[in-house]
Amino acid sequence: MNLDILSYGFMQRALLTGIMVSITCSIIGLFLVLKRYSLFGDALSHVAFGGIALGYFLNIYPIWTAFAVSVSAALGMTKLRKSTKISGDAAIAVLLSSGFAMGVLLISASHGFTIDLFSFLFGSILLTSMQDTLTILAVSCGVIVTLIAIRKPMIHFTFDEEQAKVHGIPIEKLNYLFVALAAVTVIATMRLVGILLISALIVLPNITSIMMGKGFKKTMMISISLSVTAVVAGITTSYYFNLAPSGTIVMLMVAMFVGTLIAKHAGLFSTKILTNENNSLSSN
Amino acid sequence: MSMNALDVENVSVSHNGVLAVNKISFSVQEGDLLGIVGPNGAGKTTLFRAILGLQSYQGKIKLFGYEGNQYTTLLSMIGYVPQKVNFEPNFPATVFDVVAMGILSRKKLAKGAALIQSCGCCWNRIFQTSSKDSEKIEEALKIVGLESFKDRRISELSGGEQQRAFIAKALVKEPLLMILDEPVTGVDMDVQNKFYSVLRKINKENKITIVWSSHDLTAISDLATRVACMNRDLFFHGEKEEFFANKDLLKTYSESAMQMHMHKHDM
Repeated sequence: MNLDILSYGFMQRALLTGIMVSITCSIIGLFLVLKRYSLFGDALSHVAFGGIALGYFLNIYPIWTAFAVSVSAALGMTKLRKSTKISGDAAIAVLLSSGFAMGVLLISASHGFTIDLFSFLFGSILLTSMQDTLTILAVSCGVIVTLIAIRKPMIHFTFDEEQAKVHGIPIEKLNYLFVALAAVTVIATMRLVGILLISALIVLPNITSIMMGKGFKKTMMISISLSVTAVVAGITTSYYFNLAPSGTIVMLMVAMFVGTLIAKHAGLFSTKILTNENNSLSSN
Repeated sequence: MSMNALDVENVSVSHNGVLAVNKISFSVQEGDLLGIVGPNGAGKTTLFRAILGLQSYQGKIKLFGYEGNQYTTLLSMIGYVPQKVNFEPNFPATVFDVVAMGILSRKKLAKGAALIQSCGCCWNRIFQTSSKDSEKIEEALKIVGLESFKDRRISELSGGEQQRAFIAKALVKEPLLMILDEPVTGVDMDVQNKFYSVLRKINKENKITIVWSSHDLTAISDLATRVACMNRDLFFHGEKEEFFANKDLLKTYSESAMQMHMHKHDM
């Protein structure tokens, strides 16, 4: 295969940010999926859209405003959920629509849509500037290092909140930190696949790797490998065939998911055994 | 003289104005295996949740004589196994991963050990002080008889096996006290018996203090050293022999258990 594409600066930046972002999304996504927060990323990305519009409106580097708006919305929503007992899916709907509405409102106030906003909606990895690349790399590294540091309490907290609390894990603080990290990750991912497809990067590689029946560490490594493969293959393919990179990446992930699903049904992975005893216990 | 591992003094808990636990007082001595009996809805779980800091309550609860911050420090050294651990069924954790979650940091262990030493109590450690985390996990799995299951996903195990894995998770923290809330309700006899032998072993050999709630009076009479009987109020607390000699108490307990049973069938 002709590897000329690697000599282009924009392609190097695209691949580098793509790889870093896919690793970050896989790790944070595994916790989100297991906490049944799969759509949280989607909601946060819509809020980020509002944040970006705010940036354009106030003439500030839009990624900074997106960070500020998303992180505060994520923390605020977590607090609200805790104090009012609003259900998770309803909270996500509120977050998603209010963020997006704010974006639309601000854009209409600043006289019309621009091409830049289109790229935030559907991604524009090939147009990533040096400033964006450096911001995304720094943010991804920060999120990955923090997640590695808190992995043990985070796994316990995700597995069973009450047991984690008895174990002495400060679950509330940990939850706020995690939600803030998720908000930051979503913004770093926007350039790659756009606001509307972020959920795919968070959910697809993880539900695919979970199906393979391995332990936690292996599941995470498989998810990262699948995600990086899809992103690198997606960016390259889209360049040669002149397709949208975001759509290509996500469709590759969907193909991996469907392929694994078929392989699982064909009996290639160990399947869950539900015994009578298990059933009778859960009915108590 | 042995110390009290747990003191419950005049503890009441109400849920939305309904009294679930009414002014209960009892103590558990170091090395005891206290069996708590009472019908469904008697407030056993609520009482446990209060002890574990998961439920607000009125009254006083002391762990090895400590309250406040020191209580919170020692709380992480309680091994707790609920009736059913509600985990996401797809959680990609092996039995080894789950047991590993129970490991306490050396810093926390040292802090707890200092508190225990200063109150003159004795901490019966299950493992060698120099044991690595992975050795502790293997050893705990051996105690509950799951060593060959360590690489299996937790969701692939049967209910009884899962409960044994959660006992191992509680054991790796080298608990000062274990609280087991009807750990084998709804599990078949064979698995129950295996579970009881594990319980006897950790109480007799590892000298771990255990508070255990159950509906199985035969098992209680076999294993427990002391018995408490509650139904919102505490009706009895004392030696096992005394409980089983008290025909009125036994009759009341079986009647209320029977009523509960009938009620379930009516519904």
